[in-house]
Amino acid sequence: MSLSATKFVHPITTPPTSRSSDKPLFSTFFGSNHTKLRFNKPIVAAQRRSSSAASTSFSPVVAVSSDVVKEKKLKSASNLLITKEEGLVLYEDMILGRFFEDMCAQMYYRGKMFGFVHLYNGQEAVSTGFIKLLKKEDYVVSTYRDHVHALSKGVPAREVMSELFGKATGCCRGQGGSMHMFSKEYNLLGGFAFIGEGIPVATGAAFSSKYRREVLKEPGADEVTLAFFGDGTCNNGQFYECLNMAALWKLPIVFVVENNLWAIGMSHLRATSDPQIWKKGPAFGMPGVHVDGMDVLKVREVAKEAIERARRGEGPTLVECETYRFRGHSLADPDELRDPAEKAHYAGRDPITAFKKYLFDNKLASEQELKAIDKKIDELLDDAVEFADESPLPPRSQLLENVFADPKGFGIGADGKYRCEDPKFTQGTAHV
Amino acid sequence: MLRAIRNKSILPAFSAVRAFSSSAKEMTIREALNTALDEEMSADPKVFLMGEEVGEYQGAYKITKGLLDKYGPERVLDTPITEAGFTGIGVGAAYYGLKPVVEFMTFNFSMQAIDHIINSAAKSNYMSAGQISVPIVFRGPNGAAAGVGAQHSQCYAAWYAACPGLKVLSPYSSEDARGLLKAAIRDPDPVVFLENELLYGESFPVSAEVLDSSFCLPIGKAKIEREGKDVTITAFSKMVGYALKAAEILAKEGISAEIINLRSIRPLDRATINASVRKTNRLVTVEEGFPQHGVGAEIWFSSLHCLFSVQLVNSWKYTNLLHLLNSTSVIEESFGYLDAPVERIAGADVPMPYAANLERMAVPQVEDIVRAAKRACYRSVPMAATA
Repeated sequence: MSLSATKFVHPITTPPTSRSSDKPLFSTFFGSNHTKLRFNKPIVAAQRRSSSAASTSFSPVVAVSSDVVKEKKLKSASNLLITKEEGLVLYEDMILGRFFEDMCAQMYYRGKMFGFVHLYNGQEAVSTGFIKLLKKEDYVVSTYRDHVHALSKGVPAREVMSELFGKATGCCRGQGGSMHMFSKEYNLLGGFAFIGEGIPVATGAAFSSKYRREVLKEPGADEVTLAFFGDGTCNNGQFYECLNMAALWKLPIVFVVENNLWAIGMSHLRATSDPQIWKKGPAFGMPGVHVDGMDVLKVREVAKEAIERARRGEGPTLVECETYRFRGHSLADPDELRDPAEKAHYAGRDPITAFKKYLFDNKLASEQELKAIDKKIDELLDDAVEFADESPLPPRSQLLENVFADPKGFGIGADGKYRCEDPKFTQGTAHV
Repeated sequence: MLRAIRNKSILPAFSAVRAFSSSAKEMTIREALNTALDEEMSADPKVFLMGEEVGEYQGAYKITKGLLDKYGPERVLDTPITEAGFTGIGVGAAYYGLKPVVEFMTFNFSMQAIDHIINSAAKSNYMSAGQISVPIVFRGPNGAAAGVGAQHSQCYAAWYAACPGLKVLSPYSSEDARGLLKAAIRDPDPVVFLENELLYGESFPVSAEVLDSSFCLPIGKAKIEREGKDVTITAFSKMVGYALKAAEILAKEGISAEIINLRSIRPLDRATINASVRKTNRLVTVEEGFPQHGVGAEIWFSSLHCLFSVQLVNSWKYTNLLHLLNSTSVIEESFGYLDAPVERIAGADVPMPYAANLERMAVPQVEDIVRAAKRACYRSVPMAATA
């Protein structure tokens, strides 16, 4: 049962046009993949629309894997998608994600972190490709595999590492843990353990920014929300309910599916009647796009368009990123069910290696510059681990803090006064 | 490896014979649950398993190991991640006479399906006036594990036990696990079977009787794990182990504690609890879940209610109230028997924190039980715990 990327190379027929012709549907795959399209010129936004309208006469478009496109990209050297600075930023972010997750694994096996830890190795292109295009005010909602989303969004590595160690200096003061990363400053809304739980929350965040813009008439309230979730989630009812409402109300949200083909030990193909998740977007009246999630530049191109679409107020987009996780579902998962050939195939398509090659081949960066970045990140992480190690455990009194925004919610005590005002309140036994 | 698994699930009579010749066999909870499922599935072809990762992954906690190979994919169903969907499907199948055993990866995830558990399963027999019975079992780990955070650590015993139409069981030892699961599968009503992740690997001695394939424990009967005469401690699931350890410590101080393993949260075995309270005159209830409206609160009331029922028994106006105060057929004055206020030990009234030291404070520990028992015996220790 080896799944190679070729399984995803299939003719994508364009979906039937929507009833209202003013809604262009982005089901054709665009971006640097133009090689396999019928149209060999680089596709620019305006042309894309006309091409999709024209393609109702069924010109099949093929989604390809990155190795094919890489070669073509080299030949059109003048058509570079990023500048040097941007390239280095992307590289640094992916390296930070990768090294951080490797450090987490080390720390877990040394007993410094505990519970459920889900690592993101292999999927960095999706996080970097999307989140690096956001402003600080934009919202990101994630699942339990959220360390790298937090880092890409800007939460300092120190805070994330302390949180994982369960220390008081963590981004959630040690109360959340690996699966529940929140940051008000960086607008990271979590961190949810339940599959599908983050999607309605993200839809709500998008609703709030649209509400602020249109009802409260706040100028500049054009925050976009990104909801990240996996292939397993796409079988959950909440996903469909939110696709419907987001499209109905034209909410500024992008639904990003990180399809890594596996939900713990359940293969996507065994769990889904129609495995092509991007197709579910047009069913609800929004564009559905499939992109190679192992290629950060392709992801970035798709992301740019989807995010700008949302910011302009044109509504949601469903983006399916075909990606892969190199490690098991969590550090407690023996990962026995996945075919080693499949793992090897995707290991060969490591997004960081591919991007490095791109940078070298297009002379955007030299070996030394990238090595310097590697070293910088190593030092950053060593510092983060040291900081987390030396940080104090949460004090005893923290157990009862933050249960309510207004701690009077603990009620009136035996002496007739609010319990939270009694200094001995936090010194009880397990039953407080 | 598969062959070894197959051999393991050979008729338990075989291993029962071996047990006679050797000392009591030890069995982990995992094995107990696995063998119980295996035997029930082979005895009744209408029993099938449904849940996430129960098949090819051999069970998220390896409880259903080997069952896919033995019974095939039609009877061991790997579902997509859609609790509401597959629970509903299970309930619908049970309406038509099949006997599904639905596994939730943890009972926290059952919240996505709770509408079906309560509205479709628990209430159906009543709403249809007995036409539809729902012989379904919902099982999975419940309560806190280690360091898994707020959304993976809640105890649902109180929530499900509040609902009429459901039976709620919570085993402690391997004997409980085997007997209660078999009873649950054979039961014609919906049963919520609350296991505990941290107990799965623990071994308990089991007698030959337990290993027999027709072994079954009655639903609604608690077990007195340890006899005592000074204080009654009720507990269920993992807390029984803690209570037993506390009893050892108390014994050294001259306090003889009677430990009741509730086994069945709904229906609660009030008779056993009341009889024990009448004997010892002191009660400590222990649970891992949140304190308000918890199992301890219900047991407290059980020992209290008899006071009201005795006083009102002669007043015709309150006869209806009598019927509502369910359970014990003999009306006794348990309240009058209490020599000290009931001590309730429960988890902290906060969502479970992640940090290891905070988590330890949020869940009852053996010291908390010891302290509470001493308070009940008027050998009080100050409330503030030592750090």
